[in-house]
Amino acid sequence: MKITVMLNGKKIEEEISPDMLLIDFVRGHGCFSVKRGCETSNCGLCTVFMDDMPVLSCSVLAARASGRRVETLEGLQEEAEEFGSFIADQGAEQCGFCNPGMIMNAIALFRENPDPSDEEIKEYLAGNLCRCSGYEGQLRGIREFLEYRRSKRTGGAI
Amino acid sequence: MLKIKEYVKAESLEEAYQLNQKKKSCILGGMLWLKMGSRTIQTAIDLSGLGLDKIEETEEAFSIGCMTTLRQLEKHEGLEKLTQGAIRQSVESIVGVQFRNLATVGGSIFGRFGFSDVLTCFLALDTYVELYHGGIIPLEEFAAAKKDRDILVRLIVKKTPVHCVYMSHRNTRTDFPVLTCAVSEDGRGVRAVVGARPGRAVCIRLEEDSLEGGLDGSLDAAAEGLAAQVTTGSNMRAGASYRSVLAKVLIRRGLCRLLEERGIS
Amino acid sequence: MRIVGQPVQKKDAMSLVTGKPVFTEDLQTGDCLVVKVLRSPHANAWVRSVRTDAAKKVSGIEAIYTWEDVPDKRFTMAGQTYPEPSPYDRLILDRHVRYVGDPVAIVAGGNEACVDRALRILKVEYEVLPAVLDFRSAKDNEVLVHPEENWRALCPVGADNKRNLCACGESHEGDVDEVLKECDVVVEGTYHTRANQQAMMETFRTVCYMDTYGRLNVLSSTQIVFHVRRILSNALDIPKSKIRVFKPRIGGGFGAKQTVVAEIFPAFVTWMTGKPSKMIFTREESQTASTPRHEMQVSVRVGAMKNGRIRAIDVHTLSNTGAYGEHGPTTVGLSGHKSIPLYGSLDAHRFSYEVVYTNVMSAGAYRGYGATQGIFAVESAVNELAGKLHMDPVALRDLNMVREGQIMPAYYGEQSNSCALNRCLAKAADMIGWKEKYPCRDMGNNKVRSVGVAMGMQGSGISGVDVGSAAIKLNEDGSYTLSIAAADMGTGCDTILAQMAAECMECSVDEITVTGADTDTSPYDSGSYASSTTYITGRAVEKACRKLQQRILEEGARMLECSTEELEFGGGRVKHLGDGREVTLEQVAFSSMCGSSTALQAVESNSSPVSPPPFMAGMVEIELDKETGHVEILDYAAVVDCGTVVNPNLARVQVEGGLVQGIGMALYENIQYTEKGQLLNNSFMQYKVPTRLDMGKLRVEFESSYEPTGPFGAKSIGEIVINTPSPALAHAIANATGIWFKELPITSEKIAMGLLEKERK
Repeated sequence: MKITVMLNGKKIEEEISPDMLLIDFVRGHGCFSVKRGCETSNCGLCTVFMDDMPVLSCSVLAARASGRRVETLEGLQEEAEEFGSFIADQGAEQCGFCNPGMIMNAIALFRENPDPSDEEIKEYLAGNLCRCSGYEGQLRGIREFLEYRRSKRTGGAI
Repeated sequence: MLKIKEYVKAESLEEAYQLNQKKKSCILGGMLWLKMGSRTIQTAIDLSGLGLDKIEETEEAFSIGCMTTLRQLEKHEGLEKLTQGAIRQSVESIVGVQFRNLATVGGSIFGRFGFSDVLTCFLALDTYVELYHGGIIPLEEFAAAKKDRDILVRLIVKKTPVHCVYMSHRNTRTDFPVLTCAVSEDGRGVRAVVGARPGRAVCIRLEEDSLEGGLDGSLDAAAEGLAAQVTTGSNMRAGASYRSVLAKVLIRRGLCRLLEERGIS
Repeated sequence: MRIVGQPVQKKDAMSLVTGKPVFTEDLQTGDCLVVKVLRSPHANAWVRSVRTDAAKKVSGIEAIYTWEDVPDKRFTMAGQTYPEPSPYDRLILDRHVRYVGDPVAIVAGGNEACVDRALRILKVEYEVLPAVLDFRSAKDNEVLVHPEENWRALCPVGADNKRNLCACGESHEGDVDEVLKECDVVVEGTYHTRANQQAMMETFRTVCYMDTYGRLNVLSSTQIVFHVRRILSNALDIPKSKIRVFKPRIGGGFGAKQTVVAEIFPAFVTWMTGKPSKMIFTREESQTASTPRHEMQVSVRVGAMKNGRIRAIDVHTLSNTGAYGEHGPTTVGLSGHKSIPLYGSLDAHRFSYEVVYTNVMSAGAYRGYGATQGIFAVESAVNELAGKLHMDPVALRDLNMVREGQIMPAYYGEQSNSCALNRCLAKAADMIGWKEKYPCRDMGNNKVRSVGVAMGMQGSGISGVDVGSAAIKLNEDGSYTLSIAAADMGTGCDTILAQMAAECMECSVDEITVTGADTDTSPYDSGSYASSTTYITGRAVEKACRKLQQRILEEGARMLECSTEELEFGGGRVKHLGDGREVTLEQVAFSSMCGSSTALQAVESNSSPVSPPPFMAGMVEIELDKETGHVEILDYAAVVDCGTVVNPNLARVQVEGGLVQGIGMALYENIQYTEKGQLLNNSFMQYKVPTRLDMGKLRVEFESSYEPTGPFGAKSIGEIVINTPSPALAHAIANATGIWFKELPITSEKIAMGLLEKERK
């Protein structure tokens, strides 16, 4: 079957098999940031945006993405760099395998709730597993990033 | 791996219904459960083009389209208010935001999964399902019925004033529940719904006036009486006896909260 | 120190956070054959026949291999220094399958769909045999896991395949039975830990291809490139010179990737077909057919006098190595050697052990490597002892713990030359508010808050065995290239070693390029495991840098026409001490590339006769719901002595990550088998690693000692950090409930049912 997907701002028309999963479609188009960490929709590594909503690309039929906008970290490099550097400043990226999914979902969180509390951060990112970092460093990085954004908003005049 | 031979985005419920009459057809919900299997589906039927992904509010009820996601339920202000947060609490422990952005109400209810938080919570409310062929029937009736090839079009939650408390016990915060429990009181009386027994959620009604004693004495007895009617079993998450213990504890805590609410209102 | 001790950002950090294609699967080029294996559904069976004809006809199938196609030469998949203590008990494919998941056939094809189809239609006839599933009854069981005649142990580890014994042994000092008799109080207990999964986010994966020279190239997510080369050479029965193994970024290891798990299958396929191939383990395979922690049953006796002096510790460990012996003989040793020495003035100790084969998934190396299991047992017993003595468990430890300068008889007789354990304990007690909070407070509403404590230790490399190496060269712009075969698996060793090099060469971290690990180009390194990299390879970096400095001085002397003694190295130049003339490193480098016979490169190796233990104290505060048994972690205070902290950020995250894995082990991560030996916890849906909502709040501090044999005074940190959560949580739960739980995980069910049971009594 034929689908049309806006992948990272680029229109892609392609003939696919009806059971192709979105993760395989986007990886097939060079979006290697999207990782597969499980088969049971539990790890969050494959998080992409579909019409701005964070979803698990391992659990979405590529067919269902037809006519929709799909974004991966490849399409959000500036945001990834800006926010990611705060994770890196904590050394909390560690192996890095879960980072793209976590960073995608964190970006979704910041868009939905620009000023989240610690509890809201943890709740929102609960579906992003990490086995290296123990999560605390990610939380520190997120807090620092939010602080930086606040100071940027107020022109640094705090 | 799941195999799908043909994918059809249905243009009408009638088309979807007709396609679904074949044994090898399947209506797609959020795909989260379906995708883990290794079955071969001849025709996968997608309802996502039919505008059923909305929660509509009328004077008397909330009408929740079957393609509404759990995340939409979680964030819906009207449902939040009607259920004092119970609906939100029933879904917020389900895996994660990205998962709940995909999982659909229709999929959760139609599957009548034993572990379903959503089914547990809706059973505690004045809820009906609208089936394309079977019409509108109470959720409790639907939940007890066998699976057929009808289509669950929407869920209808009547705005019957209700006090509702939702609780679950989980081994880790986003795991399947070891036990779910919703306790509610509306014009029709007090009921406790217990799910993840691990079997499908059951609804138990409290004899009238047995809570008259208020917060002391009768509460324990009432909880014990209700929990005794809940059959529990064992699976890898917990044993039957522990589930029975939990049923009693959660029901009592729920009743306790209801009584506190009575005090407030 | 300028750079050592600084929270430098990891060199690969920005690539990782922006999702660059840097992992094994991202780097495959062109079309690769997809390799999968058919796995045994039986715990113990003999493969009568495999009918491959129909499967071979599936369009796209390139090759199908069975036991008939592979070399009949046994080997071990354990990534250990040769001669490996792990017995040679494996074949690539064996006619005798020994656990549910053991490979029966290898299938390679052009795409996943055709391989899956071929796997489905392969017809295997099994003769199902009785299985040994309970490790307590494995020794001398009439069912033998390895009855074969060509099984062999290269080292004298007390192995006997005709008794299902993978290893056994004993060591002691003094007469432990006699001393225990003299003790006023003796606590006895038997503790049981599970075969927990490392559960790194990137599953096992390998890409193989043949290069220009007809050599097998193996790109793999591994901690041990050189061991992989040897193991593949053994398994495929081909010369090591025909194999190159290299690693890209690794998506987590924790010891899982210290064993060959995925590599042999695609390597065999590529070697046989000449075609590129890849094997990507599913999560289910990673959970059910890999190398988890050794399940152990540890029996402990601890004896003390009324005044609290601990006089004797007796530890006996039964370890379950599963179907194969990878790391079986070695992990068990740490259960005694890295738990008993926490107590410094024993009159006697004994440590004995047996490691048995059973028909479950083979165990392997997992962070902590036996120490975790032993420390859970010994620290729990000491906590129980404190209760019996009516002493504060922190005070009891303060009285008995190992101190700097003490000889540790149970730790191979090594002297503790760097030990700040006393400071760690005091600080942790301060952080958590031990004095006010011990043992518990009733919060009403059936909630009780309580605290628990444990100490931990580990080693830094394997003494007298591990080899770390570094090669460093000066480039023509004055920068350096550091070549290593230690494996950064997210731990940050590329950066840490670059920090050390930058410290030595008086330059910035950015001026050090780090490459490796690659068996073709990196100097030999045993690999990253046993908490060795910072301590062992770090010292090699130091040595190599000193040597390179000398060479640079030599080249400078040639340029300035003087002797090296007249020159000084520093600040990116070589300076004449007498007349102040100087040449820049850039000039030195250019000079060395024109008419010079001085190689501005140095290689050094390092091994250590000792393995200085890092130490730590962990204290936890929980709130426990007495009705549901739910445990909420409120606060975890951890204070670590890893010697000099080379990079505080990376060290802190190591601690936090290890604590959360330890918390998972203690409370959530269960291993359940069916009566037929099938593992139920075969996914992240059924094996619950902690999410960020399950781990409470962690607080980490360092109390540094200075290790004289370590680079810049450093010891290790990677493993020790997983050791305190189980005993500390078991202690806190005991303080809340009065019940000592000795079997992990301590689920809410066990707690609630235990309390009800206690009430009934």
